Amino acid sequence: MMKFVKQYMETIAGIEIYPLISLCIFFLFFVALIVYVVRMNKNQVSFMESMPLDNDNEFAENNN
Amino acid sequence: MALEKFSYDNKIVKMFAIATILWGVVGMLVGLLVAFQFIFPSWNFGLEYTTFGRTRPLHTNAVIFAFVGNGIFAGVYYSLQRLLKTRMYNDLLSKINFWGWQFIIVCAAVTLLAGFTTGKEYAELEWPIDILIAGIWVVFGWNMFGTILKRRERHLYVAIWFYIATFVTVAVLHIVNSFELPVSLFKSYSLYAGVQDALVQWWYGHNAVAFFLTTPYLGLMYYFVPKAANRPVYSYRLSIIHFWALIFLYIWAGPHHLLYTALPDWAQSLGVVFSVMLIAPSWGGMINGLLTLRGAWDKVREDATLKFMVVAITAYGMSTFEGPMLSLKSVNAIAHFTDWIVAHVHVGALGWNGFLTFGMLYWLFPVLYKTKLYSSKMANIHFWLGTLGIVFYAVPLYWAGFTQHEMWKEFTDSGQLAYPNFLETVTRIIPMYAMRALGGTLYFIGVLVMVYNLWQTAKAGSAVEDEPAEAAALEANYKPHSGDHWHRWIERRPVQFLILSLVVVLIGGVFELIPTFVIKSNVPTIASVKPYTPLELQGRDIYIREGCYVCHSQMIRPFRFETERYGEYSKAGEFVYDHPFQWGSKRTGPDLARIGVKSGKQYKPNSWHYAHMYDPRTTSPGSIMPPYPWLYEKEIDIESTPAKIEAMQTLGVPYAEGYSAIANDDLQYQAEEITNDLAESGIEVSSSKEIIALIAYLQRLGTDISSEK
Repeated sequence: MMKFVKQYMETIAGIEIYPLISLCIFFLFFVALIVYVVRMNKNQVSFMESMPLDNDNEFAENNN
Repeated sequence: MALEKFSYDNKIVKMFAIATILWGVVGMLVGLLVAFQFIFPSWNFGLEYTTFGRTRPLHTNAVIFAFVGNGIFAGVYYSLQRLLKTRMYNDLLSKINFWGWQFIIVCAAVTLLAGFTTGKEYAELEWPIDILIAGIWVVFGWNMFGTILKRRERHLYVAIWFYIATFVTVAVLHIVNSFELPVSLFKSYSLYAGVQDALVQWWYGHNAVAFFLTTPYLGLMYYFVPKAANRPVYSYRLSIIHFWALIFLYIWAGPHHLLYTALPDWAQSLGVVFSVMLIAPSWGGMINGLLTLRGAWDKVREDATLKFMVVAITAYGMSTFEGPMLSLKSVNAIAHFTDWIVAHVHVGALGWNGFLTFGMLYWLFPVLYKTKLYSSKMANIHFWLGTLGIVFYAVPLYWAGFTQHEMWKEFTDSGQLAYPNFLETVTRIIPMYAMRALGGTLYFIGVLVMVYNLWQTAKAGSAVEDEPAEAAALEANYKPHSGDHWHRWIERRPVQFLILSLVVVLIGGVFELIPTFVIKSNVPTIASVKPYTPLELQGRDIYIREGCYVCHSQMIRPFRFETERYGEYSKAGEFVYDHPFQWGSKRTGPDLARIGVKSGKQYKPNSWHYAHMYDPRTTSPGSIMPPYPWLYEKEIDIESTPAKIEAMQTLGVPYAEGYSAIANDDLQYQAEEITNDLAESGIEVSSSKEIIALIAYLQRLGTDISSEK
């Protein structure tokens, strides 16, 4: 399948490591993301969540 | 801390909201016309401007960029100010954004109907308008970032991340896909050719769906659904994962539009893998939207706004499940080139984009005009008309898609195609097209009900253009809380956020596009493939102008049922001089990749093409192709030939040095040949007419690699 790319890629020294590195980067990115999300502070979550509902400055909402 | 007084700019929101409605009506009306042209081919009213090949791009552009585009701006301009507790950065920029965008829409409508097109789907607009779009988009981004930088709320709510990703990615997509070499004020050639052009185009096309129709609307969902339900989003944590996974995965999936084509295998497989992975974030988002209504389902029963939003999110879930399914090669083999795809996009467009826009408007108008909605009963009627409309639209087209595919691939016991005449497979599904038009009509009537309802609402209330508000300024020396994480950090830093999202989307794009450009063997060259003759080139430009690619593909897939019908399957090397590529994406008519091969199954003599284009029903009774009588009156624009040849040379097409000066001689010679041939069949026509060039182009198609010319 990759034969078109392969013959060019083969000439680059140490290329095997590249896909592994990119996989690791994104795997770690998403692991870090999930760890962060799970450990998020409750207050902080509810603060962020309520941002759209901060109605102090609006009149006449929810009236339909 | 002292509160600062300021005001929200509601006027600009109101203007965008009204523009959304106006262009929605126009875009959907053109959509209806297009739908009826399938049943009544004469509904171009004898005009070249209203033939399907031009009205269909007008419909798609109007609905995507005019209706949804204005919807995005309306929603962003409303929510951004509130979420950041500040007025938009600059009123003048807001106005330029508004009027500039409307001007672009008008230019687009006029030029598309006039036949000025680049021939690349969803990016048909010619280069001056492309530049204008880039400029106005930058104004939008500038205004948005100015607003973000002068905000009174330190943290950026998830909706704003989606807006930022939208801005940066659409800019990248639009610029990369629009690289074109101008030949005249309204004519340009794509810088890319053949396979590369196809890859860039569908990288763009797919991500236009992702970053114009999806991410900004997800931003709107994360703002307006909690607003309308008056409760916070189900899981803010999920929204963080949703965002990053979506923008990272989406950009890779473009090649799934090119399965079984001449695109290199590795790129096709990449597209499939990432498309399947996309289910996860898409459904994460859908679940997040729907569960926001937990405990509020009683409200959904009463409130039309919420009903619209629920169906919108459900439609999002359905089409994002269907999308990855369609990207599986076995499913794609069935669906590609059929009406299944049309049904799929309309579940997204009518359901997700349409209904979320309606929900937003029903919520927004009473807020903007400080009154109650004129009639919630009417809004409910609209909801049911719209929902029925979607069902009547989509179901017949799914059926049509399957039916047509089954007919295409059916063989008799003796090994012959059961339906060798393509037309049979079209006339069979015309009843489904009629049902679809009915569905579209229902949907459109619903929209008209909304227009009346919102009009009355606006009349009853009075708009406050500058809404007073107050909020504390940001502290100058902000100290992060201890134990803060990196994401919390990035949520405070819009510029870094922009850069990080840009990097994330670029990785996918770069990995996909660069190999096809730098690695020559990805497009194996074929020695016998020669550049188009000047007459063929002119004919090709007529083919593009008339939007033939809207109904005819030029891509034979490597299936027996396709090679039996159309001839040898298409090779990447055949398209190296095609600026732009014309593979098409839908077969309302048969594939034309080898129409010119004399020994081929589809071959037709010049006289047939001549009669066919004048009135398709004389040669093909029951055909739904519109007639093209103006091709028999208009003269070939030979003055443009030298410039076109030179442009092609600049793009690397190997015409001999100085060929542009003598190109018209060759053009005349070849035109004479065709007219003489026509004369033998008893047809007298001047060799300078456009139809001659078009015939020359059609007779050229596919002949490069056949043994016989």
